[in-house]
Amino acid sequence: MSRLDVRKTYKLYIGGAFPRSESGRSYEVVSASGEFLANVSMGSRKDVRDAVGAARSAQRGWAAATAYNRGQVLYRVAEILEGRRGQFVDEVAAAEGLTPRGAAASVEAAIDRLVWYAGWTDKVAQVLGNLNPVAGPFFNVSVPEPTGVVGVLAPQGSSLLGLVSVVAPVIATGNTAVVLSSADRPLPAVTLGEVFATSDLPGGVVNIITARTAEVAPWLASHRDVNAIDLTGAAGVDDLVWGELEAAAADNLKRVLRPTVAGNVAVEPDWSADPGLGRLRAFLETKTVWHPKGI
Amino acid sequence: MTVRTTSPSLPSPAAPSVATTAGTVAHARDVLGVSRLTNHALTGWLHGLPGVDQVGCEARAASLGTRSVKTTSKAWAIDLAIGMIDLTTLEGADTVGKVRSLCAKALVPDPLDPSTPRPAAVCVYGDMVATAKEALGDSGVRVAAVATAFPSGRASLAVKLADTRDAVRAGADEIDMVIDRGAFLSGEYLTVFNQIADVKAACGDTHLKVILETGELVTYDNVRRAAHLAMLAGGDFIKTSTGKVAPAATLPVTLVMLEAVRDWRELTGVQVGVKPAGGIRTTKDAIKYLVMVSEVAGEPWLSPDWFRFGASGLLNDLLLQRQKLVTGAYSGPDYVTID
Amino acid sequence: MPTFEYAPAPESRAVVTIEKSYGLFIDGTFTRPKALFDTINPADESVLAQVTQAGPRDVDKAVAAARRAFDGEWGALSGAERGKYLFRIARILQERAREFAVLETLDNGKPIKETRDVDVPVAAAHFFYHAGWADKLEHAGLTPSGGPLPRPHGVVAQVIPWNFPLLMLAWKIAPALATGNTVVLKPAETTPLSALLFAQVCQQAGLPAGVVNILTGDGRTGQALVEHPDVDKIAFTGSTEVGKAIARSIAGTTKKATLELGGKAANVVFDDAPIDQAIEGIVNGIFFNQGQVCCAGSRLLVQENVHDQVVAKLKRRLETLRVGDPLDKNSDLGAINSRAQLERITRLVDIGVAQGAQRWSPECSLPATGFWFPPTVLTGVAQTHRVATEEIFGPVLSVLTFRTPAEAVAKANNTPYGLSAGVWTEKGSRILWMADQLKAGVVWANTFNRFDPTSPFGGYKESGYGREGGRQGLAAYVTTSPRTPSSTTGDTR
Repeated sequence: MSRLDVRKTYKLYIGGAFPRSESGRSYEVVSASGEFLANVSMGSRKDVRDAVGAARSAQRGWAAATAYNRGQVLYRVAEILEGRRGQFVDEVAAAEGLTPRGAAASVEAAIDRLVWYAGWTDKVAQVLGNLNPVAGPFFNVSVPEPTGVVGVLAPQGSSLLGLVSVVAPVIATGNTAVVLSSADRPLPAVTLGEVFATSDLPGGVVNIITARTAEVAPWLASHRDVNAIDLTGAAGVDDLVWGELEAAAADNLKRVLRPTVAGNVAVEPDWSADPGLGRLRAFLETKTVWHPKGI
Repeated sequence: MTVRTTSPSLPSPAAPSVATTAGTVAHARDVLGVSRLTNHALTGWLHGLPGVDQVGCEARAASLGTRSVKTTSKAWAIDLAIGMIDLTTLEGADTVGKVRSLCAKALVPDPLDPSTPRPAAVCVYGDMVATAKEALGDSGVRVAAVATAFPSGRASLAVKLADTRDAVRAGADEIDMVIDRGAFLSGEYLTVFNQIADVKAACGDTHLKVILETGELVTYDNVRRAAHLAMLAGGDFIKTSTGKVAPAATLPVTLVMLEAVRDWRELTGVQVGVKPAGGIRTTKDAIKYLVMVSEVAGEPWLSPDWFRFGASGLLNDLLLQRQKLVTGAYSGPDYVTID
Repeated sequence: MPTFEYAPAPESRAVVTIEKSYGLFIDGTFTRPKALFDTINPADESVLAQVTQAGPRDVDKAVAAARRAFDGEWGALSGAERGKYLFRIARILQERAREFAVLETLDNGKPIKETRDVDVPVAAAHFFYHAGWADKLEHAGLTPSGGPLPRPHGVVAQVIPWNFPLLMLAWKIAPALATGNTVVLKPAETTPLSALLFAQVCQQAGLPAGVVNILTGDGRTGQALVEHPDVDKIAFTGSTEVGKAIARSIAGTTKKATLELGGKAANVVFDDAPIDQAIEGIVNGIFFNQGQVCCAGSRLLVQENVHDQVVAKLKRRLETLRVGDPLDKNSDLGAINSRAQLERITRLVDIGVAQGAQRWSPECSLPATGFWFPPTVLTGVAQTHRVATEEIFGPVLSVLTFRTPAEAVAKANNTPYGLSAGVWTEKGSRILWMADQLKAGVVWANTFNRFDPTSPFGGYKESGYGREGGRQGLAAYVTTSPRTPSSTTGDTR
């Protein structure tokens, strides 16, 4: 007698909780080969609004955590991901149509990337900050600080490695994130939310919305309490013009990380390449503090 | 076109001309709002004064130093500065002849121009007071004497008081005392206070200038505290330096002291004078000080009654500049007397 | 005893020669003057000269000249040689400092002591500082060691404001050239003269033709320039409104931009502040350059228990401020730059009073001609008043109070801007805590309005993005992505 399997409900991840979309909508997710995988919540603009609120509430505390602590938390996320490696391999294989070996390599790369960024948390200030030898009796120091709340359009193609590669650099430095997952390959993102929830990451630091990117991304881009936006995931979305998102972002002068462009077309970057510091730098502000030196 | 300084409408200075130590202590208790004047109370008060940021203070002094004072205002400032000089000789090698010569200079600063104003005072050691007094007669040029074991102040209180009384008896119009810097730096504020108050009492109606010796106090915080302590103890003037310690008077130190007398008048209604001494040699420097007096303390201090320069060489430079303004030609050292 | 009045001490304007009219500086030479408009002395409204309104074809020519120089002689130069040109320019600015100071004061209206002691020497210092970077960019930490070298973007369009005409030019041109870019710069409509004199300096330095091009004109010229398709990067300093328009106009392109925009800085004074220096810092914070400074300390946040004392001391200090002839070496405040700006200041102050603020100015007589506004303090201001939220860009200080450090931070950060902030307290740990909490690109603790070429400057939030000066300022002028056509991997704007 065959056992009826217990199917998982895929929900949003906002403020450390797993709500359904306030819109009550869901959509069908299929594998690369077209088989039904799951029904997932279809996030709306109001879910974006709630997620931004959660991210804003969490931001001050997360930025105030010690860099050592943030590094430990990111490493803990990597540990838990490693523990659920099998599940992620299955989900990535189904989503991206990879062989088990290919999917395993991708998941391992994602874990390693988390570890890499975990090690950066307490080095960024040393590498990007410095004393400035001003011409006067002043102590003058420039330090990088997190920009604040960052909207992230996660890549449409690479459902876990790409996702981790865009989220980790945002939160490593003390930003909080509102992430629009890959629209067609959202399951690893939802599972990653579960990893975040069971790690030591404070609620609200990462918020994940599964949704039609073209529908909700404009709400994220125009939201005035979002300080920056990563448009990486605009690549490969048919009915979305990333330049329009950038224009909307100008209303409160969000910092914008543009998608990779090749031949005038936005494309998904090669996630196997050395990430460099570009994504860390993109969501940092330089603060310069002066103080007189005297007796 | 300029914003005019309006002088604050405060009661005119009413410092008691003859003080007793008990009276000074009572006034101090009143200012501090305490029933007993203890070192603890003094410490709390002095350390509760706002701090002085060195860099900001020096920047402000430098900025005042960039004022450009030309033509008629320069002529006016030169005459004012001459009238503010305490023409000073404080050497071990001082003789009756030297002091008489200096007094003659005070009486006739520029033999070529009888309209030249006279300096405010001649400043000498106590044993030269009688000589100076005799030479200056009733000219109006006052005699100031350094006292209290000048310049170090390292003597017993009895000796300091005797030194003071000696100079007063000899006819000094003004006494320039030194504070006990050792006591100040070791936090014995009450000791410093009592010594000043006792010297003040010993002065009778002779004007008392209190030398802080800012070069040994080092920090502007200390200068501000010492200035307040000296005013609390009854000093009529606060003075930067003996001239025997480097650095002597500087613009920023004087700035802190001018702020102190300004604040003191606001707090108590009593006006106290300021005397930078030592190291002021040129007209340019003197005018910078006057600008600072005008813009920081205000117009009421722009008078020899409330501001003095302790100097010797400064007078000749002022005279040279004065000659230049009168004749239109640059003058030279052969046209001023060396005394 | 007469008051110590300073006799007039005017700097001679004979040190600078002003032409009757000016053309544009394109490809190393001045064009024939045409389509002229007046530039006036705001202190007396006299016409100083006429300058050319650059049109779209002029923009085309200037951008093309810059492109040729980038693809040609300038692009082929080694960093060391580029640096030597910048050193030359720095030296010439120092040698001709008095000329620049007088010209800047005439055209802008700011006092000569500021142009003499700040604008011109700091401009020269910017060229000196960046000159040294030109051959050391691989050490600037912009790229990993062994990785690709940082490369210039190409043609940079730079649009600068009227408040620090020469200094903003230096902030823009020095890093652009040090990193190997070429430049088309548009000075503000009301203050074009020092940029045109700088064009002569470029000629004097023997700078290759087309490396620096100067286009005068109004906002239309600026718009044509930043929207020109062959411009690779934009550097703009000015209003947040225009900054947003630029950000929109480059959306979806490969153009990069740095924007240095408005501010509404809080200057926070605690009860344990070094009070006399704090007063100076407040004065310097809001009356430096008549308050026409994006980072001006326009909101005084003073701890409630010392409010009366601070305001009394401040007023006494303001009574010694000297407002008048900008060329007089003793003037502390000069003229407002334009009639339009004067009207804006007047209107906002009137609104402030209508909303309940108490207005105070020292007794001062202002000249009958020219654009003048007295130093002004508004007390009793609440966060909700427009004078507490809008950038006035004039000699107007709004005074608000707070009770606790947390309240001070909340009020200081309660603005869409985030350019600068001041903190005054003698308590070291509180300074560091405040510096952490304040959302501002520059925090001045126990000082204010300090600038240095080594010190990055720029804002958070709607005060713009990117930094100018220091190591961080270089980043805006180079690309670190691999050299593949029209690829912009990992670059922010």
